[in-house]
Amino acid sequence: MELIKPGTKIDFIGKRRYAYLFSLILIAVSVGSLILHGGPNYGIDFAGGSLIQVKFNKAVGIKDVKNVLLKMGLKEAIVQNFKEGEENEYIIRVVRTEMDITTLSEKVKENMDKKFGFGSVDLRRVEMVGPKVGEDLKKKGLYAVLLAVVGILIYVSVRFEFRYALGAVIALVHDATITLGAFSILNLEVSLPIVAAILTVIGYSINDTIVVFDRVRENMRKARKTPEDEVMNESINETLSRTIMTSGMTLLAVLALYFFGGGVIHDFAFALIVGIVIGTYSTIYIASPVVLIWNKLFPQKSPLQKGRRKRR
Amino acid sequence: MIKDLNIRIAIIVVVVLVSVVYLTPTFFFDGGGKVPDFWKKAKILPTKTLNRGLDLEGGMHMLLGVDLEESLINTMDRMTVEIKTYLDKEEIPYRHVERHGTDGIRIVLTDPEKQDDLKAYINKTYRFFEIVETSTLGGEFEVTYKYREKDLLAFKDRTVDQTLETIRNRVDELGLAEPEIVRQGDYDILVQLPGLADAEKAKSLIKKVALLEFKLVDDKNDLAEALKGNVPEGSEILYQKIKDRDTGELLETKPYLIEKKTLMTGEVITDANISISSSGRGYPHVAMNFDSRGEALFEKISGDNVGRNLAIILDNSVYSAPVIKTKISGGSAIIEGSFTKEEASELAIVLRAGALPAKITVHEERTVGPSLGEDSIRKGFMATLIGSALVIIAMVLYYGASGLVADLALFLNMIIILAVMSALQATLTLPGIAGIALTIGMAVDANVLVFERVREELRLGKTPRAALEGGYSKAFLTIMDANVTTLIAALVLFQFGTGPVKGFAVTLSIGILTSLFTAIFVSRTIFDLVTSRFRIKRLSV
Repeated sequence: MELIKPGTKIDFIGKRRYAYLFSLILIAVSVGSLILHGGPNYGIDFAGGSLIQVKFNKAVGIKDVKNVLLKMGLKEAIVQNFKEGEENEYIIRVVRTEMDITTLSEKVKENMDKKFGFGSVDLRRVEMVGPKVGEDLKKKGLYAVLLAVVGILIYVSVRFEFRYALGAVIALVHDATITLGAFSILNLEVSLPIVAAILTVIGYSINDTIVVFDRVRENMRKARKTPEDEVMNESINETLSRTIMTSGMTLLAVLALYFFGGGVIHDFAFALIVGIVIGTYSTIYIASPVVLIWNKLFPQKSPLQKGRRKRR
Repeated sequence: MIKDLNIRIAIIVVVVLVSVVYLTPTFFFDGGGKVPDFWKKAKILPTKTLNRGLDLEGGMHMLLGVDLEESLINTMDRMTVEIKTYLDKEEIPYRHVERHGTDGIRIVLTDPEKQDDLKAYINKTYRFFEIVETSTLGGEFEVTYKYREKDLLAFKDRTVDQTLETIRNRVDELGLAEPEIVRQGDYDILVQLPGLADAEKAKSLIKKVALLEFKLVDDKNDLAEALKGNVPEGSEILYQKIKDRDTGELLETKPYLIEKKTLMTGEVITDANISISSSGRGYPHVAMNFDSRGEALFEKISGDNVGRNLAIILDNSVYSAPVIKTKISGGSAIIEGSFTKEEASELAIVLRAGALPAKITVHEERTVGPSLGEDSIRKGFMATLIGSALVIIAMVLYYGASGLVADLALFLNMIIILAVMSALQATLTLPGIAGIALTIGMAVDANVLVFERVREELRLGKTPRAALEGGYSKAFLTIMDANVTTLIAALVLFQFGTGPVKGFAVTLSIGILTSLFTAIFVSRTIFDLVTSRFRIKRLSV
């Protein structure tokens, strides 16, 4: 079976201006949403606070749970369905952290038992993160993303050229920003695993881009007279079948995780899905065109082009 | 690549066999405890199962901060008392000795002549002190000592280590399976307790400071008067919680007027046990044994104070205040109190394990109930299974028989990932399962790259063998470049991550490395085997 017929020539590079516009809109919306919301919606991992996940052995409405908490004097407590459409499992968040989490969770259980019958509630997960740890994790998360970007920049610069590394890095910053933006628009919480997911998206995005660049390098050596943008277009077309196949496979695996993996992994899988889709798009429409922009801004014989001459 | 096909096959067989051996305890013996004897006797065979993270197994994770400032203040306060004792003994007149800031002591002598004696004493006894200020004014000599920077760091370091050791001792007493108690960062302590059998008990044990003190009840002054607010100098009011011994319900809090001076602390205790008194209704109490220093001390205290009440105080709350009937020798004592059996045994544990040198604060606490863990592992496993099935089917649909080869490589990859994790005793977490699911997608990438190249070569009219040769060699560098860059991201994650995130990074890193082996080495060998044994005219790719 073949998805992309050999000899397919889609003019990706020629359409790059539409892609820039599309990407700019996506990024503007992402950044806009982040500014509007006052930064990412940090979960307790980063913001600090307490979380109690409760599961009832019978259907209990969200209002009933809230009422019990109100009676306990927990006015600011937020109650959410653990998973959409499930009537008996909830996450309770309390921002205030002075109360000992053990005492808090015991009291919650006690009051729920009183209201809904003894043994009706199971405390599935109890978490507390102090504000100091949250700050620390935020800082570390940022460092991790920066460090990964720098590491990749260096590796790609060594293996290819700096302008290629730049193209790859801009593509992955693009992907990370839009993934984070999707979380902000949907008001999903950014937790520690989400940062891990974004780093993975970065790794995935670069992986995809490298495959195209590799083909560009190879084709540049073969066809020395062809302009670079044509070589790039050709290379993207040649690797298109692989790009779609691999992205498709990875997406299949991650979609399974999203639909069958359970609530704890739900948002994590969502971040990966967004990242893979955006990463595939940016591989085709962003990474290579950025290299071309760099060429226009700094027109000089690049080592790769010189290499072509030497080879002859 | 190694030319000899037989050697390559041998390598693959060995790798697969070793992997299966490493996974046997996990999948066939159902936990390390049930490993059969013949397996154990072989010595070299692994008996450890795959580690499951707290999110899968249920359990508790706590990040504790050590209150170094308070510990330092306590130390300084103790030293002021020691210095005063010295000055009294040497008959050096002083106006005051007091703590200065958190890490210094200020001493004012009314006889400046004696300053050299004092300096010599401090130099000898407290080598870590340095003078920051001295002045002689109006016939008084004033000196301020401060902890030296370097020694202060060492002090903090030691305090954290001692705290860690104490926590470890206490947790060990509970006999939990595989607790992990390690330092994290500069001054934090990470406690991980898998399984949840005794989480509440563990928590309360860990948090107890357990400063045990023996002090005398002030019987010269009136308690009622003190309660009105006229607390005499040198005494303080402490309370005893009186509880129902069976239900543990708090009945009343009884006040005592206690002399501030500490006669003896829990340091001298060598052992403590719960025992049930033979008289009465069989109430539990705690019996302690002292070391030789404690024995002598206790004998003197009891001998000097016959007829008075000796209060036994733990973390500023009175446990009991029995009357000393006679001089007690023999190096043992009993704490009676209105505690339940559980409380008594908890008290015995803390006394045995020693006091924390500093208070601890909980920075982070996560408890995952076993039911959620089970759910997670079941759903995660299910999702991975469905994901792999979809990928496997898609590969065969798209690449035909070659897809089958890639699927076989994928299957081996999963086995090897789990085996490597088992061998390294890495921890499988829920995000780790996600890592495996992701690896499935990414692992086929290497084969996709190869197959696409092979297709191109075939289109150029090459024979199947030549097309395979060309496809593998052309795709190789691309595969390396692509995987190394992903590995960089994964390694950064490993470096920065804690708990589940680290688990994800480990799984992803291992997955990238093993997929290189299976997708290049294994699948290539299969192809070479097929093309060399059978004369294949057409390659199904």
